[in-house]
Amino acid sequence: MSTAEWTHDDIMAAVEEIKALGESEPKPARDPINQPMINNWLEAIGETDPRYTSGEAPPAMAQVWTMDGLDHTKRAAAPLHRTMQIFDEAGFKSVLGTNCDQVYLRPVEVGEHVTLSARLDSVVGPKVTGVGEGYFVTTENTWRVGDEVVATMSFRVLKFKPGARKPAVDKTRLVRPQMNQDTAYFWEGTALGELRIQKCNACGELRHPPGPMCPTCHAADRGYVVASGKGTVFSFLVHHAPQLPGKELPITLALIELEEGLRMVGEVQGGRESIAIGSPVQVAFEKIDDDLTLAQWAVVE
Amino acid sequence: MSERTLSGKAAIAGIGATEFSKASGRTELQLSCEAVLDALADCGLSTKDVDGLVTFTMDNSSEIAVARELGMGDLRFFSRINYGGGAACGTVQQAALAVATGVADVVVCYRGFNERSGDRFGQVSQWAAAQVNTNGLDNAFTYPYGLSTPAATVAMQAQRYMHEYGAVSADFGAVAVADRKHAATNPKAFFHGKPITIEEHQASRMIAAPLHLLDCCQESDGAVAIVVTTPERAADLKQKPAIIAAAAQGSAPDQYVMTSYYRDDIGIPEIGVVGRELWRQSGLGPADMAMAVLYDHFTPYVLMQLEELGFCGRGEAKDFVKDGAIELGGRLPLNTHGGQLGEAYIHGMNGIAEGVRQIRGTSVNPVPDVQNVLVTAGTGVPTSGLILSV
Repeated sequence: MSTAEWTHDDIMAAVEEIKALGESEPKPARDPINQPMINNWLEAIGETDPRYTSGEAPPAMAQVWTMDGLDHTKRAAAPLHRTMQIFDEAGFKSVLGTNCDQVYLRPVEVGEHVTLSARLDSVVGPKVTGVGEGYFVTTENTWRVGDEVVATMSFRVLKFKPGARKPAVDKTRLVRPQMNQDTAYFWEGTALGELRIQKCNACGELRHPPGPMCPTCHAADRGYVVASGKGTVFSFLVHHAPQLPGKELPITLALIELEEGLRMVGEVQGGRESIAIGSPVQVAFEKIDDDLTLAQWAVVE
Repeated sequence: MSERTLSGKAAIAGIGATEFSKASGRTELQLSCEAVLDALADCGLSTKDVDGLVTFTMDNSSEIAVARELGMGDLRFFSRINYGGGAACGTVQQAALAVATGVADVVVCYRGFNERSGDRFGQVSQWAAAQVNTNGLDNAFTYPYGLSTPAATVAMQAQRYMHEYGAVSADFGAVAVADRKHAATNPKAFFHGKPITIEEHQASRMIAAPLHLLDCCQESDGAVAIVVTTPERAADLKQKPAIIAAAAQGSAPDQYVMTSYYRDDIGIPEIGVVGRELWRQSGLGPADMAMAVLYDHFTPYVLMQLEELGFCGRGEAKDFVKDGAIELGGRLPLNTHGGQLGEAYIHGMNGIAEGVRQIRGTSVNPVPDVQNVLVTAGTGVPTSGLILSV
């Protein structure tokens, strides 16, 4: 299957096959517990407890003894590795370790030879996280000497698609606009992708923000024209604080001078680095939800 | 001057205040009552003498609640002026109108709030967009985009101002440095003993670029009250009266609340309206002012006010404020109490009190030979101003 063909059900079905395999065959460590490796570890960690130079291995070294080394084929059968392959193929190519809980049942000693068995415990998802959409994969690992369990580890990683970032804020929580019969046409326009400007049907004067009566000729007969959506930045600011409901800061807010000669406030998306007074901009409608679409702006390159 | 004038027909007889803090620990109504009592005691009047009360919108204590709490008798005049901080001097104007026409004899203007420990004005004013009226409709064209804090709305104007006139952030910083210098020697100021340097201003974090934190006034808890009566009655009271030589409100064409972005000039012409009216009423001009209290919710507005009020030409304020010109001892000391950046943000009412102290000669930072003081209210909104004279 190609990436595009993997569905959630496909992923979970493949996962179930691996779970059904249960615990893997015990894989012996490359070497028995030995003092030279312990000494390397003590030096790296800065541990000086005399117990670890008189025959006892530090418990936290559990994983060290059964590392695969550089030969990738050695891990091919491991449940975690097989699960990771499924997600790689399904397009969830990035990995982030999230939990590692180890339990030490007894100290191991120089000369003992441990084995590692592992099983896939659970796959939970898809979850939208701060780094992207993905699945939490948990394996249970067991170290034994002979048949005796000496240590266990529950290990959880997030396999995710980077970039599909969860918005830090819920944009539907923004401050809602008041509307009435004088202003509704504007918001009905944005919902349709039209930037509407009030026009006096008597004298032709354009106006924004709108109102019931033409300030020039006092006619109450009004309609609208659809603006080109082209304009330039008349002024702007970058809002850093305080937090704004429904917005992820900082945001660039600008006063746009429309081609038609009127001004309108909006956010210039991604404008922080490239904006200046006079920058040409183009309207870019942002649908918030079924009730509200905002006329926002993008800098024209 | 025509017969129809307000100039000289009323005076500020008493001023009062609570302490200025970040957590008053008591209700806004209590704060206002304490300030009213303090102002009445200042001039030697009692609550029984008061027959008028004035405050402005965004104050949570009604005039009748203050009257009840203080056991006042009949009120013949009460008013609540729109547009928040823009109405600060408007309260004194309406009190002056009332006493000048005999509608009332003793009017107390008050403002009390827990604006730091309670509902913080520096945060998003959700209520302003939610109100079902024309102001709420106006805000529909700014708030949903995220333009919803006072600092951000001013930053939009400041950026354009910098572009048009070549002002830079450090020019705005001169206001912050002057305010904090004056607050440093004012024991009642929240920032007493804490002056800042221009480097600290420039290093302070961005709130709404180009505005730094130190371009923005404080959020404060506290209350201020001002007693207005006739000049004749004031002359018989405990303090030297501050004569109201002029009192004006101002709104310019195509005016909005903080977002007057759709007219040719997106500056603050509304304070120009106030300025012209103040000069007209008083017969005075900028050269007659030994000092001024200019509403400093955001530093760029102080530069723009200097221009609108005629202290310098358009675009020249950046040069006007250089070299300590607006500090004590300079050409035009501003905000000698520390302003709202340094003393407290009581929506401009503490600035009126400082104007009175300068007229009396009791300011902790006295300016020599003060005959007249200009005091302004919040701009960017329909605003107001006063000229107080000896």
